[in-house]
Amino acid sequence: MLEFFRTLTNNWDIFSRGFLTTLKLFVIGAVGSLTVGTILATMRVSPVPVLRGLGAAYVNIIRNTPLTLVFAFLVFAAPKLGIEIAFEPAAYTALTIYTAAFICETLRSGINTVPVGQGEAARALGMTFGQVLYLIVLPQAFRTVVPPLISMLNAMLKNTTVAAGFSVVEAGAIQAYLSERGENQVVTLFWITFGFLCFVVPLILLQRYLERRWAVVR
Amino acid sequence: MNSCRTASLMGMGVLAIVMALGACGKKDEPRAAGSTSAAVGTGDKCASSGVKLTPATDVKIEGSKTYDKIKGAGKIVVGVKADQPNLGYKDADGKRCGFDIEVAQLVAARIGIDPSKIEYKEIPSTNRETAIKGGEIDYYVGTYSITDKRKNDVGFAGPYFIAGQDLLVRKDESAITGKDTLQGKKVCSATGSTPLQRVREQKLTDDGNISEFKTYSECVSQLLDKKVDAVTTDDAILKGFAAQSPSKLKVIGQPFSQEKYGIGVAKDDTAFRNAVNDVLEAANKDGTWKKIYDGTLGLSGSSATQPPAERY
Repeated sequence: MLEFFRTLTNNWDIFSRGFLTTLKLFVIGAVGSLTVGTILATMRVSPVPVLRGLGAAYVNIIRNTPLTLVFAFLVFAAPKLGIEIAFEPAAYTALTIYTAAFICETLRSGINTVPVGQGEAARALGMTFGQVLYLIVLPQAFRTVVPPLISMLNAMLKNTTVAAGFSVVEAGAIQAYLSERGENQVVTLFWITFGFLCFVVPLILLQRYLERRWAVVR
Repeated sequence: MNSCRTASLMGMGVLAIVMALGACGKKDEPRAAGSTSAAVGTGDKCASSGVKLTPATDVKIEGSKTYDKIKGAGKIVVGVKADQPNLGYKDADGKRCGFDIEVAQLVAARIGIDPSKIEYKEIPSTNRETAIKGGEIDYYVGTYSITDKRKNDVGFAGPYFIAGQDLLVRKDESAITGKDTLQGKKVCSATGSTPLQRVREQKLTDDGNISEFKTYSECVSQLLDKKVDAVTTDDAILKGFAAQSPSKLKVIGQPFSQEKYGIGVAKDDTAFRNAVNDVLEAANKDGTWKKIYDGTLGLSGSSATQPPAERY
């Protein structure tokens, strides 16, 4: 039993470093993909056909590309094309590029739930497309998609572990380190799972809170 | 709607081109163009040292669970690596070759199993102990360093080779001559590996200058792209890569650690461990070990002698 806790305390340097990087990847990735995702969703519902097409193309390409491939492209292929990008920024970029496609679609489904009358009424008041979207439609859309949006972020949190294969030492790299130090693998994996739980539980609580607070009465 | 579809189709086309470009980049990694063409181990083609291994007939290993299992199944399951040129390698045609592979075959033949009956399993470093403990493999041959900590989980026959941590650099590199010249240089190694942890602990270079990938081949690719200045791990592994592209890479040759490679076996199976030790000792005496070495890892130009088995 003592051995069980020692796996954590003896290797605290690796655990803390790993999960700190995971947290960084998660926060920056979340901010990035929410921003890009919102812009993409705007493009996909905009009245300009070219923007709609670009948005759709982005979403369909990225959604059908494994995250590992996005990473591999940035880390291995990009330098050969003359684009230099350090490993950690590459990880932020890959996570943002990838998750934004899913955020975009989640948000678009939210936009579809906003009754047409809302938009029509706003337009009748003389609002422009931008005003209709950002003042009337998007706030309502965001409120309806809180649960799937948090699920998306949750998935991204776990996706951060892909970065371990591309020279970013986060939670996904802990196992390799501890196996080399001769620690019990089952115990190691338990502590990694436990660490992720520490991130996920607050996320779920946030979801519940936002759901209650932001519920749209229709 | 229609315009959407055209756009996304176009986008996919772009992606395909981009991916093709990426693939091109990989292709022009040196095939060690034509240098003594059939030279074993250069380029991506597998060839063996040519040592003939005929299965022994009168083998008896009393009280070995592993051996009973092997006899019962009529085949051996061996854990190996597949991405280490001239050590444990699998070429584009799916053929396996290298020093470790041939040592594995040697052991199989001498305990009475035809090497063609070997079922190879690629087990990454992190899962070796688990695979041996769980009986997933009968033994493991793949740059497996004997350490006291690992002895808690598995048994080791051997060592059959002694390696040391060294540095692989580009051929034209002159600033790096050993571990003490690494300050300010970019170093790459496998995620969490002992060589990497050693670089960190001894502060051979700044933390920010260390990059880590899952496999050494990814590090070598970074080295060729000039994104890192040196790749560090056991010299045996590095020599294998240097032998693969001798015109672009070289090994410094100043090892700063000692790694004894053993054959990983089940911890409590002393009978089997002794039997494998006997095989290694016999191969040392009759010159088979040297022939295997010269035909694989020895191609890098350095010679080696087999260390005596520890028989703990």
